Amino acid sequence: MINAWAVATLVAVVAGIVGFFVVLRGSSFAAHALPLGTFPGAAAANLLGINPLFGLILFAVLGVAGISQLGRRSRHEVATALSLVTLLGLGTLFLSLTREYSQGVYALLFGEVLGISRAEIVPVAVTSIVASGVTLLLFRPLLLSAISPELGEARGISARRMELWFLALLAFATATALPIVGALLVFSLMVGPAAAARAMTNRPIPAMLLSVGISLLTVWVAISLSYLSNWPVGFFVGAIGAFSYAIGRIWGQFGTMRLRRDVVLS
Amino acid sequence: MPRSMPILLTLIFAPGFFASAPVHTAMIVGGGAAVVSGVVGVFTVMRGQSFAGHALADVSSAGGSVSFLLGINPLLGFLGMAIIAASGTELAGARFARERDLATGIMLGAGLGLAALFLYFDVTSMSTTGAAITVMFGSMFSIPSSIIPLALTVGAIAIVVSVVFFRPLFLASLSPDLAEVQGVRVRMIGLLHLLVLAFAVSLSAMTVGAILSTALLIGPAATSLQLAKSPGRAIALSVLIGIIATWGGILLAYDSFTWTPNHGWPVSFFIVTLIFLFYLAAALPEGRRKRKRIVQAGR
Repeated sequence: MINAWAVATLVAVVAGIVGFFVVLRGSSFAAHALPLGTFPGAAAANLLGINPLFGLILFAVLGVAGISQLGRRSRHEVATALSLVTLLGLGTLFLSLTREYSQGVYALLFGEVLGISRAEIVPVAVTSIVASGVTLLLFRPLLLSAISPELGEARGISARRMELWFLALLAFATATALPIVGALLVFSLMVGPAAAARAMTNRPIPAMLLSVGISLLTVWVAISLSYLSNWPVGFFVGAIGAFSYAIGRIWGQFGTMRLRRDVVLS
Repeated sequence: MPRSMPILLTLIFAPGFFASAPVHTAMIVGGGAAVVSGVVGVFTVMRGQSFAGHALADVSSAGGSVSFLLGINPLLGFLGMAIIAASGTELAGARFARERDLATGIMLGAGLGLAALFLYFDVTSMSTTGAAITVMFGSMFSIPSSIIPLALTVGAIAIVVSVVFFRPLFLASLSPDLAEVQGVRVRMIGLLHLLVLAFAVSLSAMTVGAILSTALLIGPAATSLQLAKSPGRAIALSVLIGIIATWGGILLAYDSFTWTPNHGWPVSFFIVTLIFLFYLAAALPEGRRKRKRIVQAGR
């Protein structure tokens, strides 16, 4: 239980930070596709008998490459959709070849938060710290490029490179957390709290802090409810995410007058 | 060489392919899904709603799990959930692209959460651990043939609506501002498109599975939009590619029973791979042409 709490807290912090940029860039689809497209990596690793982490990272790299390379030629979401389905297609193949699949798929999609060993915390902790650290280091260029790619280019910040950084961070942050919290939970945590925070305030730093705060609250409440009811954590995270977004929208409507005075950083 | 022909044919079509009832059902339902997704997909890609299409498919899987639980026709479960989700997103009233992206994302998160919950109930109440796999990835060769009439009806409704509203739908997808000037009610058309999308997606979610139905919706349409010059041709080409990929996938999956001992490879894998190859084949020459043009412009 303590282990679950620690891992979920780590994931919530990263999701809150990275999620802020997901919402700002309007790339929920990538935030959904990267973790989901990464999960067949675990099945592939299982098939080859190697550490699942390598499989997950390999598929995360494939996902990032697919989205950014195909995205050059066509609409971004078409590229995302095609990368996702191709990776998942490979996933069905690996899953059908490894046989011991049902339980594994369920865990990878929806997570197994309540069965985490102490040894599993270390890689998640390391990647969480690295992903949060890099995001904070790149905070200004990422922010500028997300709000106005043209202005960023004028200041010498390549929009393409920032996009690659963003996708890589997204993939890296989710890949290691995936077997524990599941593809679904990572995605819900990235979009729900950050969307709520964005609806409440326009200022970047408070929005990011708020996003981390809501994300932590979501995870803690979801785990407690899941512990009490025995229902899957993913359900509670999704429901609380939608709920907090609705609250955020209403809050934002009431605060329009106040928000109008706020100046977007750019 | 008259003798080699039958051998060649049995190499392509493994024995029993044409006599197998599950193959017939898979080809009819899968072909129907490919036609509907091909038509609706063109508008979906043009409108930039690939994410909505994917999200509806995923969310409709929650309906699939409910129908497992209630013992009702799975297509009704898929369809009901997709319609609820489509109306929900539209009601969120998102006018800007980023806001729409967010509303779709939130809807997807909540819907997947529901899917997790219902699958959990499925597993605990009936100990059907395979439900997660079936709902997510589909199992074409185990579609009951009794579903054919309902599936074809749902598909026909989606196609008829798309054809009847072809002009306003096309105009609103190409340029909402222009459509508004021409007197098209753009919001109504948007809602209509989402409902048609829900029909198309729930049909294909049942056949290739919730997640991979995105492949049938987006892949052929994106490929054909790169090649075709007129909307009619784009739709025809997209339908053609969808059918070739689906039937080709079924054939390869049937053949694959002889490749590895005891079990075949999944149909979804073959269909998705074929679609992806079609897309690459259409996209690569395009990229080369563009590069050439840039090089020439540089001189």
